[in-house]
Amino acid sequence: MSNRVINILVPIISIIIGLIVGAIVMAVSGYDPVLGYSALWTGIFGDSYSIGNTIRQITPYLLAGLAVAFAFRTGLFNIGVEGQLILGWLAAAWVGYAFDLPKIIHLPLALLAAAAAGAFWAFIAGFLKAKFKVHEVIATIMLNYTALYIANAVIKKLSDGSFKTERIHESASLRSPFLRELTDNSSLHYGIIVALLMVVFMWFILEKTTRGYELKAVGFNKHAADYAGMNVNKNIILAMTISGMFAGLGGAMEALGTFGNASIKPGFTGIGFDGIAVALLGANTPLGVVFGASLFGSLKYGALNMPNAAGIPEEIVSIIIALIIFFVASGYIIRVGLQKLSKKKEGQ
Amino acid sequence: MSFLEMLYFIIPSAILYATPLIFTAIGGVFSERSGVVNIGLEGLMIVGAFVGIYVNLEYASTFGAATIWVAMLAAMIIGGIFSLFHAVASISFRADQTVSGVAINLLGLAVSVFMVKMIYDKGQTDTITHSIDRFAIPYLEKIPFFGPLLFQNVYSTSILAFAVAIGAWFIIYKTPFGLRLRAVGEHPMAADTMGVNVNKMRYIAVVISGALGGLGGAVYAQTITHDFSHATIAGQGFMAIAAMIFGKWHPIGALGAALFFGLAQTLSIAGNQIPYIENVPAVYLQILPYVLTIFALAGFIGKANAPKASGQPYIKGKR
Repeated sequence: MSNRVINILVPIISIIIGLIVGAIVMAVSGYDPVLGYSALWTGIFGDSYSIGNTIRQITPYLLAGLAVAFAFRTGLFNIGVEGQLILGWLAAAWVGYAFDLPKIIHLPLALLAAAAAGAFWAFIAGFLKAKFKVHEVIATIMLNYTALYIANAVIKKLSDGSFKTERIHESASLRSPFLRELTDNSSLHYGIIVALLMVVFMWFILEKTTRGYELKAVGFNKHAADYAGMNVNKNIILAMTISGMFAGLGGAMEALGTFGNASIKPGFTGIGFDGIAVALLGANTPLGVVFGASLFGSLKYGALNMPNAAGIPEEIVSIIIALIIFFVASGYIIRVGLQKLSKKKEGQ
Repeated sequence: MSFLEMLYFIIPSAILYATPLIFTAIGGVFSERSGVVNIGLEGLMIVGAFVGIYVNLEYASTFGAATIWVAMLAAMIIGGIFSLFHAVASISFRADQTVSGVAINLLGLAVSVFMVKMIYDKGQTDTITHSIDRFAIPYLEKIPFFGPLLFQNVYSTSILAFAVAIGAWFIIYKTPFGLRLRAVGEHPMAADTMGVNVNKMRYIAVVISGALGGLGGAVYAQTITHDFSHATIAGQGFMAIAAMIFGKWHPIGALGAALFFGLAQTLSIAGNQIPYIENVPAVYLQILPYVLTIFALAGFIGKANAPKASGQPYIKGKR
């Protein structure tokens, strides 16, 4: 079996095992797995309303996945997508309601603000890594909570003690009456186009520019990159900043598309951490991220139908996603298994 | 409120909030000292909190006053077992330890909330009837100043936490087991050459961290929240990681850092009732532990260095 085939088989096998274990968990807990999975299916594809909302759910997952994947490709683990996304969310909402501008300026400005906020927050981690050798995993975890508390405090301040900001103006909104009508009044918005453009953008940087080549080189082997005359520290900072930009835009999708404001959050949104799963499943490639985000976004949204239609807690889907991460991360053992299997076949 | 009254109010409360952090951070010390990064402490605390509350609710009538201890023991055992997911993935299957830790966090929360909904048919458990209570230590409470400060409102779990910290220090620095533990975390190949079973040591360390994380969760739930829902443990595990780093991967350092973060938490919650700091916005105190940890890592407050082999799976024969 070629390496390429194995690389594609590992995530697929992981998904299948994840779904099987999920079914076993449901059966052991006294629920009907068939009923559960059919409720999940209807929750995702049941009608045009569900499909619209599923795509809406996929949108921030795409951007969170891109953020994690981009950092991974350059040898960095951005576990701070969550914090960058929260700040992007806040920045987009603030620009959305604080300014009065024509749509053609206002919407791009709000998106830009979100991207800048996320990029800045990730820049801090990149700077700390380049300058002080602070491991980016720990730095971004710490920055996640810092972002959460700061955002909550700012929202409280902006709204004079309330728990959410004003609604964004129509001129900054990603909402689309056309898409709504098409999908039976779902909350589908134009954000999906922004997200898909970003997928192309990531592919373009990494595959078609010198800068992208350098970023990947630093990710592969920073000593070799250094020896070849590349500025490793500059590339680390740049990589984190671009990664944070994707994350910030993920927040803008929620602010300008789905919710239309920013509200105080008791905890994390979970999108950032699920972004790790998305990137991992997609092997950190832009196309892979589209696949990963579609799967996890669909599962997450479809799960909401499970308590009503099948009486099963929606957390079963989070269990399945966590298991899939375990299996993909343990890809080594699946590879060994596959290689043994293919050797046996050759021996026969 | 006089200055003394204020101290008598703040310090016991700081110790209360620090206690779960101490257990969990010490667990993190064990795991990281052996070379396994454990981002999953949050998930392990969640599982521990759920198990603690579940056992407390279901078996209170059987065990009476001993319920809290049974609940904590159960949380330790289940926490230890649950951490095997992380151990198997990151030690035997060579998974990225950070990814596996993230999966532990997701899984811990999902499984716990799933079970709560399955058992109680709602998202939140009832409030426990037997919670861990404060007591006064005879004789010591009579000491002027220190008595009311430290010994009049004590939780038995806080005493246990100090004991665990000192015990961990002894084990890690004064026993052959501790020497091996540190060796596999610093230079696994050298340790292997000397006949230390690297993977076995790492398994033990991760399970210890799971047990202590579970204990930390159960203590938090039984002293502070008194019930379990998805938001019971919100960042305590990550704060324990911060305490472990701020304490420079040393049990006593972690103890000190946890106490300090406990103080910050108390002040951020009760700050508006306390003179001198009532005008400081809570957000500064909320972010303080995390910002300080970043400073510590950047070397502004003495350099904090992780064990050398931390984060890398050990593969025999690979240089």
